[in-house]
Amino acid sequence: MESSIERGGLRLQPSRARGSGLLLPGESRRQVKRFGSGIVAALFGLFLFASGQGGRAQTDCLACHSDATLQDALGHSVGVDGQKFNASVHGALGCNACHTDVTGYPHPDKIAPVDCKTCHADQANDLKSSVHADSKEHPCTSCHGNAHEIFTKSDARSAVYPLNVPKTCGQCHSNNGMAGKHGLPSVYPNYIDSIHGFALSKEGLLVAANCQSCHGSHKILSHNDPRSPTFKANVPKTCGACHAKIDDDYESGIHGKAIAAGNMAAPVCTDCHTAHAILQPTESAFRMQSTPICGNCHKDKFSTYRDTFHSQLGSLGGYVETARCWDCHGAHHVLPTSDPDSPVNKANLVKTCGRCHAGANLSFVQYQPHANARDRKLNPALYFVRLFMNLLLASVLTFFLIHTILWLIRQRYNQLRNRANGGQKNV
Amino acid sequence: MSDLVQSVPTEVQDVQIDAPKERYFRRFTREQRYLHAVLFTTFLGLAATGLPMRFSESFWARKFAAGVGGFGAILFFHKFCALVLTIAFLIHVKDIFTRGIVNREKGIFWGSTSMVANWKDVKDMFGHMRWFLGLGPKPQFERYAYWEKFDYWAVFWGMIVIGFSGYAMWFAPFFAHFLPGWALNAVLVIHSEEGLLAILFIFSIHFVNTHLRPDSFPMDMVVFTGVESEEEFKHKRPLEYDRMVKEGKIESRLGEKAPTWLVNFTRVAGYTAIAIGLTLLVLTLSAYFRE
Repeated sequence: MESSIERGGLRLQPSRARGSGLLLPGESRRQVKRFGSGIVAALFGLFLFASGQGGRAQTDCLACHSDATLQDALGHSVGVDGQKFNASVHGALGCNACHTDVTGYPHPDKIAPVDCKTCHADQANDLKSSVHADSKEHPCTSCHGNAHEIFTKSDARSAVYPLNVPKTCGQCHSNNGMAGKHGLPSVYPNYIDSIHGFALSKEGLLVAANCQSCHGSHKILSHNDPRSPTFKANVPKTCGACHAKIDDDYESGIHGKAIAAGNMAAPVCTDCHTAHAILQPTESAFRMQSTPICGNCHKDKFSTYRDTFHSQLGSLGGYVETARCWDCHGAHHVLPTSDPDSPVNKANLVKTCGRCHAGANLSFVQYQPHANARDRKLNPALYFVRLFMNLLLASVLTFFLIHTILWLIRQRYNQLRNRANGGQKNV
Repeated sequence: MSDLVQSVPTEVQDVQIDAPKERYFRRFTREQRYLHAVLFTTFLGLAATGLPMRFSESFWARKFAAGVGGFGAILFFHKFCALVLTIAFLIHVKDIFTRGIVNREKGIFWGSTSMVANWKDVKDMFGHMRWFLGLGPKPQFERYAYWEKFDYWAVFWGMIVIGFSGYAMWFAPFFAHFLPGWALNAVLVIHSEEGLLAILFIFSIHFVNTHLRPDSFPMDMVVFTGVESEEEFKHKRPLEYDRMVKEGKIESRLGEKAPTWLVNFTRVAGYTAIAIGLTLLVLTLSAYFRE
């Protein structure tokens, strides 16, 4: 009896507030609550039921379902927080708007699962063609949260609010997440430590790229699918949605043109910046990790670069100002050396080198940052200098190594012989 | 590094000649000992900061660089040591110039006390090697034996080559005014190869020839204390000893036995230098053969 009164008291506030289309201030609500007794509430509820308003079913259902501990025969919780539901995007709807097979009380033990598609057909269709098509593994609620507490994506309480999206996706796409079962990598930690992740989590920057900015929301496709925004050829445009100027630079550069021409070996944004663990490019960690990335394709250039002081300095860490590939060649608007706009075109070298080397002149820029001392035809002078130095090193060391070893043996032999004869150390 | 000339102490030591205790003779002046100390300290510094650059991709290079405060610190120390060593070198050259050319001191550029190689050195070298193999008598050495002269000139040449190529990199835009373009590429090759040669030579050949060989093991203290015992003098440089006696100058070379603190201090410093050197040698060889 006591619990029924409680329920009667509780069910009033949401139903009065929303169901009747009135938004009562908190003070009035409490007054209503105070009036509430089991009988009055029941009568009021009956009135609403008869009047056919949306709230009618809510009030009625909440009589039982506001009990958070309420469970069905299978042990699933069937409790609903009426207040939260009422505030949610679906708050104006009656329970049987979704639970269509509940028409009265008592209702059957087994209720059909709610089909969001009834109203959200477009989204359901998108989802069906996506990587998340399996509705058992990916029910709408897996992203949108508790079915009775769904908010619009611009509402900070929503699981798909921009600042909440990574955490929502991360439920599966992180360490030990469900995605691992499908052999998918854990990307959440990478993302959240990236420049986008920091912008989002530290600054609360709503425009910072979150998962769905690049992957879309309902119609998420594999990056192998040419329709996917994360398909290699589409990546520049996807990133370019925010980074428009860089996309322009990239697409007019040699790599962008190659991709546009269908050469999929050329790099797109993610090849250098990675997809999720994107770092601030001026950060030392990025400067350290990215030169070998260019070297993946430009093997000979990477190998000769590694012979230079730029590389020797650079690969030690800590001191990262030394020239990396893009410091000279440009990062996005990469052009062939022959192009007069290229920073490594002969005409531009004094300016390009001069950015680090104050006082760089025409003679200075004859330095070859990719000279190969092992190539006699390409760099004969350097080749012979290296040959001479190597011969000098080898001959001096070989001679003295033999000389020293023989000396050691001879001296030790003499010492032992002298000692055996009762002599001193030195004779 | 030793000096070009025999050191002739100006003041004669007041020592009881008939005393039964062992006599000590001066070989190096205080300035020469300091020069050696500055040379090996900065050389160790240059090697320790240069090797991580040369083998920047070896497993220890980055750790070492991080240990001394990142690459900026390593380059700073390298340049600092280079400057100190350059100054020491210039002081030495000026000293030679003053004594040999201005004061016309004898025995600087030729003769038995000079660092300049002569025909006897060539004969000594072959004779020494014949002795190694038991094919002849042991040669008698003068003030500076042929391998000591080689050490000296190797460092002298190395100073010029490594120094010049190093400064050419440090002030590349300036040097570019009078060097051809390819030379800017070549200076790194020269600097790193010559540096490698110096490191391998000093940490293996010089260490063994001068300090670790049985006659001097574990360390020849003469370059630290400046003096050596009469027995050592006679054994290592009989020709010089005999000449000194014959010329009646032997007394003028008499010195005091080094005080215990100096022996202990320089021994610790010397062992430390040898330990660092051998460690660097192992790291260098491991990185070199892994390349």
